Amino acid sequence: MLELILFYIFAAITLVSAILVITQKNVVHSAVFLASTLLSVAGIFLTLHAEFLAGVQVIVYVGGILVLFVFVMMLISLERSTTERQFSRQWMIALIAAAALIAELGYVIYRGKDSFVLPAADAQAAADTLTGNTEVVGTALFTSFLLPFEIASILLLVAIVGAVVLAKRKTQVD
Amino acid sequence: MVSTYHYLFLGAALFTVGIIGVLTRRNILVILMSIELMMNAVNINLIAFSHHLKHPTGQIFAIFVITVAAAEAAVGLGIVIAMFKNKETMNVNEIDIMKW
Repeated sequence: MLELILFYIFAAITLVSAILVITQKNVVHSAVFLASTLLSVAGIFLTLHAEFLAGVQVIVYVGGILVLFVFVMMLISLERSTTERQFSRQWMIALIAAAALIAELGYVIYRGKDSFVLPAADAQAAADTLTGNTEVVGTALFTSFLLPFEIASILLLVAIVGAVVLAKRKTQVD
Repeated sequence: MVSTYHYLFLGAALFTVGIIGVLTRRNILVILMSIELMMNAVNINLIAFSHHLKHPTGQIFAIFVITVAAAEAAVGLGIVIAMFKNKETMNVNEIDIMKW
């Protein structure tokens, strides 16, 4: 019962602040509501017993990506952007398309509710998840998923170099 | 008891909010934020299934999604800064040099 209450609280905060992210005129307000969305998604992860992912969510998203967003807002002049028109002309079509999308997704999930019976987890795996989430994730990451893990490090290196090259100020040599 | 379907509906709703943000806003920073919202929706689905199947693979996938989101935000914001230096605007409708 407590789980259900927590789920509904976090889901409500997530959705309301997500809607506020896309409706606020000022980008700084959007960033603040994005922080609230990301933190409540971390709460959702906690209700799913993914404690490690909740920590990663808070550290990487709120501590990293969001700070990056705020830095960029600091670098560019915000006064101009608040006076510009914020919504595009085809917002009506966009809303209709989004309504069709949510109807489709909702219908599919609702229809699958009975036919979509997943196999019962075996006892060993269930026991594994009880021994500590970080341990299980770490073991899987460094055994079965070692190669993707290393490739992810190369992706991050490329992203660092790319970001520096893109945002670099033109020097005298150029 | 919270069922997996609760999480699937939440993921679908959050994804749709992200789609609406990308389609209706003209500020490139808000568009990038909407993409982050969509990635979060995907992560909720992945971890919900990981919990449902009692298997950690979904969480590993979520870690990789977060990695890609971090890389995407770094490169995307680099592009935003480069764009602002060249055209002094955040409005995606004014970035139309490639448009024929």
